[in-house]
Amino acid sequence: MNIVVLVKQVPDTWAEKKLDPSDSTVDRASVDAVMNEMDEYAVEEALKIKEAHGGEVTVLTMGPNRAVEMLRKALSMGVDKAVHLVDDALEGSCAIQSSYALAQAIGTLSYDLVLLSAESSDARMGVMPALLAERLGVPQLSDARKVDVDGSKVVIERMTDYGHDKVEASTPLVLGVVEKINEPRYPSFKGIMAAKKKPLTTLTAADAGIDTGRVGLATATSSVESFTAAPPRAAGQVVKDEGDGGVKLADFFAAQKLI
Amino acid sequence: MPAERMLPTAESQDLLALARDIADNELAPIAAEHDAEERFPREVFRTLGRAGLLGLPYPEQYGGGAQPYEVYLQVLEELASRWASVAVGVSVHALACYPLATFGSEQQRERVLPDLLGGELLGAYALSEPQAGSDPAAMVTKATRTDVGYVLSGTKAWITHGGHADFYTTFARTSADRSRGISCFLVDAGMPGLSFAAPERKMGLTGSPTAMGHYDDVDVSTDRLLGAEGQGLHIALSALDNGRLGIAACAVGLAQGALDESVAYAKQRQTFGRAIIDHQGLGFLLADMAAAVESARATTLEAARRRDRGLPYGRQASIAKLVATDAAMKVTTDAVQVFGGYGYTRDYPVERCMRDAKVMQIFEGTNQIQRLVISRHLARS
Repeated sequence: MNIVVLVKQVPDTWAEKKLDPSDSTVDRASVDAVMNEMDEYAVEEALKIKEAHGGEVTVLTMGPNRAVEMLRKALSMGVDKAVHLVDDALEGSCAIQSSYALAQAIGTLSYDLVLLSAESSDARMGVMPALLAERLGVPQLSDARKVDVDGSKVVIERMTDYGHDKVEASTPLVLGVVEKINEPRYPSFKGIMAAKKKPLTTLTAADAGIDTGRVGLATATSSVESFTAAPPRAAGQVVKDEGDGGVKLADFFAAQKLI
Repeated sequence: MPAERMLPTAESQDLLALARDIADNELAPIAAEHDAEERFPREVFRTLGRAGLLGLPYPEQYGGGAQPYEVYLQVLEELASRWASVAVGVSVHALACYPLATFGSEQQRERVLPDLLGGELLGAYALSEPQAGSDPAAMVTKATRTDVGYVLSGTKAWITHGGHADFYTTFARTSADRSRGISCFLVDAGMPGLSFAAPERKMGLTGSPTAMGHYDDVDVSTDRLLGAEGQGLHIALSALDNGRLGIAACAVGLAQGALDESVAYAKQRQTFGRAIIDHQGLGFLLADMAAAVESARATTLEAARRRDRGLPYGRQASIAKLVATDAAMKVTTDAVQVFGGYGYTRDYPVERCMRDAKVMQIFEGTNQIQRLVISRHLARS
């Protein structure tokens, strides 16, 4: 089972993020760049599938030069090789353009599974698994909280508001996972040393056969018109217990879809 | 603002990122609770071992990380910035491995060292005695020669990980000669006759157990003698130079952690209509804390770089230990001041930092002993 895992470098989830007023893109210089947290679960799941069924895990990202740091982390966790799609022409691409560029890059690799997390913590659109499945012309298994691989058959538990659906498809396919699926491992120092010797390939837009007229900020299908800072958090709701506090709390949690 | 580091290689950057990740996610969340309950986090050391952080300064061929002290000490710093008890434990483990790694025979190293550096086993260092702390040559624990080895009898004090470790690097007298009559042994936990008293009830570092060890006729085979008979004091003193650098790094990390907490709090806490960091009195206090942390780090890493280049570093190690631990005491005390009344409560971490700092001026050679070492170097030069 050869797996391509998609990862994305994002501004540190816990840091205060700002938009650059000049072009309404995220000001990436002011915060630490890290691997999108949910992507670590995707990498872990790929490694687990590889450990159980063999094959090779390739990690792929589209991003600026500094994204190499994140690729090194994935390699040190145990991924076999890394591919870095980097080109100035890709800057500011929207989700639809990015899915085109990524599909082109994936096309240069051989895969049974394209594995990625359900969403990134910066854009939070959650559309990439579906967009990629469409671009690649393969089935999509999304929001997986559990994955079983049996030959070319992949069965998942798809997380829903009410529990889960059991869904299956045959490879090749796109698999989107949520963070409930596993507990990502830490790299080890041995892994860090081994990562230095693993192949890390750089692809330009031209290498991946990407038409640069179809990517980048100028032709993006969506744009940020304006933005305002989020208002301060509103006061919480006080539930007064008049003998029915438990019911009121349960209703509140249910309305928030927490139970 | 976390420490800004200059690291020599890409892999050392990744290593530091890993250490920070583990410190943030595995140490910080459980430190306060373990501290309050005086509980030893044995599982944390397994996590550190699996990640390869327990053998960093030792050769790769025995399962170590072959990292220079310049890098290893900064890993210790990151751990200490979240939980000093654990960082001190890692430093003590490295210290306990040192006599075997440096003075053991090739056969001894090949047989035992990989288990010690691989992280499954935890080490301890038994040098001090109730009446022999600053003056280790005053020790009275005996190692009496037998046909097959030695019998150890006596009491060792202040053993970090005492009762929890898997092996004890133990110093004992093989003859009455004050400085040439001490030998070094590797003693497995669980040997008949080896027992430990209840842990000391300490002011700080309460996540790290410290106990007295009783050696009641413990049999040790000849192949557990490290170095030559009578070489023990030399081994102990050479190990201590390394240990002092380790403690200096723990102190720098502890101080950095207290500074980080203080700056974050001072930005968010308002008095008289503005953040307290914007009041000059408080801002200058924070500035002095930052200056103390960074100068302590520079001093410590300078000594480490000398060691890495094979230059003498005993004087520099003592200076680093003195400067860094005094800085940690000052910075953590001021951190409590920044937090005001809240800082004095156990609801905020700086109170623990202040308690943890004090012992660093005492162990691995009191700061008075460091001054003695430094002044003797000056007199000799």
